[in-house]
Amino acid sequence: MNEIVISVRNLTKRFGNFTAVNNISFDVCRGEIFGFLGANGAGKTTAMRMLCGLSYPTSGNGTVAGFDIMRKGEMIKRHIGYMSQQFSLYNDLTVGENINLFAGIYGLSKQSTEKRTGELLARLNFLSERDTLVGALPLGWKQKLSFAIATVHNPEVIFLDEPTSGVDPITRRQFWEMIYEAAEGGTTIFITTHYMDEAEYCSRVSIMVDGEVRALDTPSRLKQQFNAESMDGVFRTLARDAERGD
Amino acid sequence: MNNNLLSLIKKESLHILRDKRTMLIVMLIPVLLMIIFGFAISTEVNNINIAVVASERTDGVKDAVSRIAHNDYFTFCGYIDQDRIDEYLRSGKVGTVIVFASDFDRRMEQIYAGIPSKPIIQLIVDGSNVNTASASIAYLQEILLGRASQQAMFETRMLFNPQMKSAYNFVPGTMGLIFILVCAIMTSVSIVREKEVGTMEVLLVSPVRPAKIVFAKMVPYFVISCVVLIMILLLAYFMLHVPISGGVWGIFTLSLLYLLLSLSLGLLVSTVAKTQTAALLISGMVMMIPILLLSGMLFPIENMPKFFEVLSNIVPARWYIDAIRKMMIQGSPLIAVWKESVILLGMTVAFFGLSLIKFNDKLE
Repeated sequence: MNEIVISVRNLTKRFGNFTAVNNISFDVCRGEIFGFLGANGAGKTTAMRMLCGLSYPTSGNGTVAGFDIMRKGEMIKRHIGYMSQQFSLYNDLTVGENINLFAGIYGLSKQSTEKRTGELLARLNFLSERDTLVGALPLGWKQKLSFAIATVHNPEVIFLDEPTSGVDPITRRQFWEMIYEAAEGGTTIFITTHYMDEAEYCSRVSIMVDGEVRALDTPSRLKQQFNAESMDGVFRTLARDAERGD
Repeated sequence: MNNNLLSLIKKESLHILRDKRTMLIVMLIPVLLMIIFGFAISTEVNNINIAVVASERTDGVKDAVSRIAHNDYFTFCGYIDQDRIDEYLRSGKVGTVIVFASDFDRRMEQIYAGIPSKPIIQLIVDGSNVNTASASIAYLQEILLGRASQQAMFETRMLFNPQMKSAYNFVPGTMGLIFILVCAIMTSVSIVREKEVGTMEVLLVSPVRPAKIVFAKMVPYFVISCVVLIMILLLAYFMLHVPISGGVWGIFTLSLLYLLLSLSLGLLVSTVAKTQTAALLISGMVMMIPILLLSGMLFPIENMPKFFEVLSNIVPARWYIDAIRKMMIQGSPLIAVWKESVILLGMTVAFFGLSLIKFNDKLE
């Protein structure tokens, strides 16, 4: 294993009596595609929000891109990209305007914004869509654009929260190609998903049940360990004992 | 100003410019309100139907009737018999019946000569609309007594608004209402929309500080409100002929302060409301109704029960409308309304501070 980009120790988040995330610890290395699985309500989103600097842990500690999540939230935000499960670009702005906006927000200069916009559009084959309103694009394209925009500032880690829900299989495939490309370029990918076939594409997978990480390994070793043919089987075995449901 | 703030302001402006319908509404509502309040809704009493009962149509009676008939406030509907008074009033054909005494002319001479006299004119008024009734009585006394009233003890002069135009009252009120509508509703809805759609989360994950996100939201609405403000002042001056006697700059300065206050209120609403509908309801109902009822725009605060009079103190529009009225109609300079200005400033700081605290809390 090489350089560690995300490191978390005993991370816990309580809301009143409810422990959403219970004492989780793990490390993620540079260039890894880290699958963060769990049923609805298992605590994935809460854990992810803490890593992104959107909420503070109740206890425990961790670093993201080398910055402490308790004290350096602002620095973390500069070095991560984030794509949420809802489509979250502006429908009433054009493709180009959306890219420019986020380039501006992340403090890119005018020249590098121009250069980066060109690069991203070329990679997406979107050069002709620069002045199209995002609202007019099909959902799959929007999701690809969302991903591209999350990488506009060349972040070290990209957090993807169920990025492919509702996307057709072909676009999902293209989406994963983009993820692989980014990972090969040294970007760490932290992804949550409900699709078990996607879990197979990850370098390593963690499965959360009731706020705890119950399993963490490569997909092939997890299948061995749980004696299952697919990740789906692994997931079912673990999720069966879950006390918290939807 | 740095790059990311500019990007955000540009984005907000694009949102507003692309949303043509909302833009149109924002620009049209003020004009409509000004026209409705300036022309259509009027507390002046016009066209009251009048019938006259006179046993003899003497010269004095004819003279009095012709004075009424020529007055804009009244429409003379003719002479009627004494026993039909009730029928005419009850059916709503007339609002007021004037009954002249049979020896009206002779008694009038006595009055002019200074000899005390018993009543010589009876006014029978439909009291079902109190406003119309009391206005009608006041006007008729003035008209009918004519020369005689000049000998009465009072001399009344209406300062600042000698013609009692209701536009003078409504223009400041409308201003107090419009800015809350435009600023508070638009800002709160636009912030809550981002929360609802999920874009707010993406902005919050970015390194931009929340205060900047909020500030960038306020800038374009502030600019729009300034345009609306100029529109209102032009309409008030040229269309409704409201004197802007206290100086445009004073009115402008105070209005800018009120704009900031409205924006802060919108911000505060956005921290409380979870959905756009809620934001709309809160800013619409919770803010508009107190402005209409408790700001002194429609009903004089002095006439309110003590409880509401005290309550009206926390309605920002009350202070703004008061101050604008003083500056516009009475011609007071800005310095004369320092008390109102200080109160508005205090409220702005309080609302803005509170909403920033609440906005930051959200992140936890």
